[in-house]
Amino acid sequence: MIAYIIRRLLYAIPILIGINLLTFTLFFMVNSPDDMARVHLGVKRVTTEAIEAWKTDRGYDKPLLYNYKESGIKSFSNTIFFQHTVRLFVLDFGRADDGRDIGRDIRQRMWPSLAIAVPTFIVGILLNITFAMLLAFFRGTYVDVWGVVLSVAMMSISIMFYIILGQLIMSKLWHLLPISGYDSGLRALKFLILPVIIGVVSGIGAGSRLYRTFYLEEINKDYVRTARAKGLSSLQVLFKHVLRNAMVPILTGVVAIIPLLFMGSLVMESFFGIPGLGSYTIDAINQQDFAIVRAMVFLGSILYIFGLVLTDISYTLVDPRVRLE
Amino acid sequence: MENQANNNLLEVTALKTWIDTEGGIIHAVDGVSFNIRPGETLAILGESGCGKSLTALSILQLIPKPAGRIVSGKVMFSGENLLEKSEQDMREIRGRRIAMIFQEPQSSLNPVMTIGQQIKEVIPDRKNKSSVEINKDIVGLLDSVGMSDSVRRINEYPHQLSGGMKQRAMIAMALASKPDILIADEPTTALDVTIQSQILNLLARLKKENNMSILLITHDLGVVSQMADRVILMYAGEVVEDADAVSFFDAPRHPYAQKLFLSIPDRSKRKKKLDIIPGIVPTYAGDYQGCRFSERCDKAWDLCFQERPQWRAQEKNGVRCHLYNNTLEPQETSDKNIEQGLITADEKQDKAETLLDVKQLKVHFPIHKGIFRRVVGHVKAVDGISLKIGRGRTVAIVGESGCGKTTAGKAILQLIKPSSGEVIYDGARLTKITGEELRQLRKNFQIIFQDPYASLNPRMLVGESIAEGLHALKLESSKAAIQTRVKKLLTQVGMPVDSYGRYPHEFSGGQRQRISIARALAVSPDLIVCDEPTSALDVSVQAQILNLLNDLQNELSLSYLFITHDISVVEYLAHEVAVMYLGRIVEFGTAADILDNPLHPYTQALLSAVPVISKTGNTGYKGDSQVLLAGDIPSPSKPPAGCHFHVRCPQATEICRQQYPAETKTGDSHTVFCHLFESDEQH
Repeated sequence: MIAYIIRRLLYAIPILIGINLLTFTLFFMVNSPDDMARVHLGVKRVTTEAIEAWKTDRGYDKPLLYNYKESGIKSFSNTIFFQHTVRLFVLDFGRADDGRDIGRDIRQRMWPSLAIAVPTFIVGILLNITFAMLLAFFRGTYVDVWGVVLSVAMMSISIMFYIILGQLIMSKLWHLLPISGYDSGLRALKFLILPVIIGVVSGIGAGSRLYRTFYLEEINKDYVRTARAKGLSSLQVLFKHVLRNAMVPILTGVVAIIPLLFMGSLVMESFFGIPGLGSYTIDAINQQDFAIVRAMVFLGSILYIFGLVLTDISYTLVDPRVRLE
Repeated sequence: MENQANNNLLEVTALKTWIDTEGGIIHAVDGVSFNIRPGETLAILGESGCGKSLTALSILQLIPKPAGRIVSGKVMFSGENLLEKSEQDMREIRGRRIAMIFQEPQSSLNPVMTIGQQIKEVIPDRKNKSSVEINKDIVGLLDSVGMSDSVRRINEYPHQLSGGMKQRAMIAMALASKPDILIADEPTTALDVTIQSQILNLLARLKKENNMSILLITHDLGVVSQMADRVILMYAGEVVEDADAVSFFDAPRHPYAQKLFLSIPDRSKRKKKLDIIPGIVPTYAGDYQGCRFSERCDKAWDLCFQERPQWRAQEKNGVRCHLYNNTLEPQETSDKNIEQGLITADEKQDKAETLLDVKQLKVHFPIHKGIFRRVVGHVKAVDGISLKIGRGRTVAIVGESGCGKTTAGKAILQLIKPSSGEVIYDGARLTKITGEELRQLRKNFQIIFQDPYASLNPRMLVGESIAEGLHALKLESSKAAIQTRVKKLLTQVGMPVDSYGRYPHEFSGGQRQRISIARALAVSPDLIVCDEPTSALDVSVQAQILNLLNDLQNELSLSYLFITHDISVVEYLAHEVAVMYLGRIVEFGTAADILDNPLHPYTQALLSAVPVISKTGNTGYKGDSQVLLAGDIPSPSKPPAGCHFHVRCPQATEICRQQYPAETKTGDSHTVFCHLFESDEQH
């Protein structure tokens, strides 16, 4: 298994280079370094000298991918792409275009993101599994039919609707919770409740409907018939036999997104004014701060690849038939 | 049916189980009655879809819900009607008084629980036992079912066990509470024949030791003959005959039973037309008028189509057929039987021109390991086989699962690239040519696969599937010509011409296999590789397909490479037989050589493991006459050193452990790879 993981991590290197190249190309296709400088220095009355100085300061005066003026290895290394990208591989994100330390920003802003994402994730999964098991237990009855109808209805409604409805009822009408904002330490708690509730509720429809199909698929398998023929009760069959087998697809689907919880949620954070990594990314895009965008895309890719490796490992933990080679 | 009061352990009376489907209600079990006495093995015999499994599941109220429901009937067990019991009360019966084992040990065991955990759930009184005591009980159970290495097995998962071992684990689980009745639903159908005989012997022994009754559900007359004391034969949801095994095998009374016996291929019917049951097993939907078998019965007359026959009991036995109604005179019926004449006389044609010559063919699949996926070994699926097929001849490759027979067939047709060796087809070296040249030659050799459900493209019309080869090889140019040809092919394989514009799912398994044969025939090949073409079919339908293959061979002088695990099919149609074990041919000869005078111990074991249909019924233990093989088939990735068979061979000696035996000719046509027959100078 160790050999398998090492091989998977080696595969990650060309993928990450490719992702960087792609982000880089896309970004500079719509933005020249001159445009970036103008956005940062203010559009009006900017001198050419100021622009040049801004570019030199941040290394944007070099050619994009290939430097004709240099020879040998330097014709590749003395370029914007190389200078801004290589350091990413040791997780040195460098400075944003406005001079801030991106690494420090990320370390600071990941906590509010996690504070929303982790509770949403855990409560969501537990609720989804419970609802799915209920639907599977009552399969073929009205509980099941209406449960599925409700699930489809809930997954069809946009998350914006849940957010606005939640803010309207909980904050505007009942004055129970603040509409948006954030605070440090434990005082942040009251700002977190509403986004977590909304995050869980908006995911229940899709989640329980999907997990229900996992359960139903298992419930119709031969080993369940064997378990019943052994004289086990329906609940024993459901919990001891079906649950463990249905956990295989559930867990492995879930594990892949665990690392991505770091990245925060773009929509929730910007709607609730939470200073996490999601809103960080949105702001960077708006300000055309290439350094931050690149750092976040790179971080996202690493976490995703990490998540996929974790998925493979989790397979071996929950399913004894799987051995990684 | 006659009730012998209080002498019956289980009495099933007029059981009806229906299944709701989108197409309407299926009367899957439609008024079934039978009794089981203590210590008796009752076999429910029937083809797929006759309702035999559902009958057994109904007894334990295990039918799939909500689609299935028990409509009426009584299941009396120790004075109580099981059908009136609640789910709660049924749990006291299931696994404790009546236990059940199933067909597919692979899917019937929970894949994420160890064998020990799964058996532990049924250990009686486990709440008052320490874990050491429970473990002792589990080991004891595993030992009693002949599980090797029982202590280690407790912590193993089902996928780590072979098929036979898994079925033993299932049996151990079923026996934990010493049930009065064991229901065995096709317990050996998924197993190889040498493993089947181990399991059947085990069941017979356990039945005697524990004095339990067995309700054996099977489609295999051989298994019934070996195991059963009584037989009930089911057809389309009804019991059509109920008889003690001796009378049933001596003189079956229902025409369906008689026909079943006649449609089984074996030696005595060799090269004769098999007596087929025309048509297909009905899907028991809707209402029947008259006898359910009447459509397929050649003894049927007017009454059979109009009135449902009553159950007629005679002493202990009974039958549901108008022929046995004494008040009626059966009317003359035209005998629809096909003349049972010899249809070929080419047994003597030994020196046929060689069409296909396979020399030292090897297919090795690499095993990769490590970070850089280095090749660390090979699975030697096919490890140097040589054989010749003459024009118009049938060569059978026989062997158990994992012996490489299917891989060999595909490698011969270049569907898998052989690792080494030569395949010479009519002078052309197939292993040397590639691309267009090989493609042009493909019209000469075709293949028919085992599963007719998976081997036809479900999105293509039957006609398109058949015509595809003609298009691809540009054998016919005009659309009209192709259509005429396809229609002629359909007629040739006994399918209606209007099948052309229909989709595969509209046909039954047997019909699809006919379509597959038509598809193979479309490009007028000389050689057809038949890869288990009848294994997925019912006996009555298998006979139809075998007849068709026989007819086509005579008509078109086709050669067949017939890949099968079924000895009775080999007996019926093969000219030459190659027996394969772990990638190599261990014995080769004419059908007479192999079947009458098997030399290799493996061939002997294989032949003796096949359950024989005996006139006297219940053969039980075969005793000394049977070569019972111990152990499982080893993995082809790690074949034992020396002769691959020595670990299971009852006659193995020192040399067998050290070196692979050389080819020894023991007759004109008979060769064997076994040290027992090597002459001294070879040593």
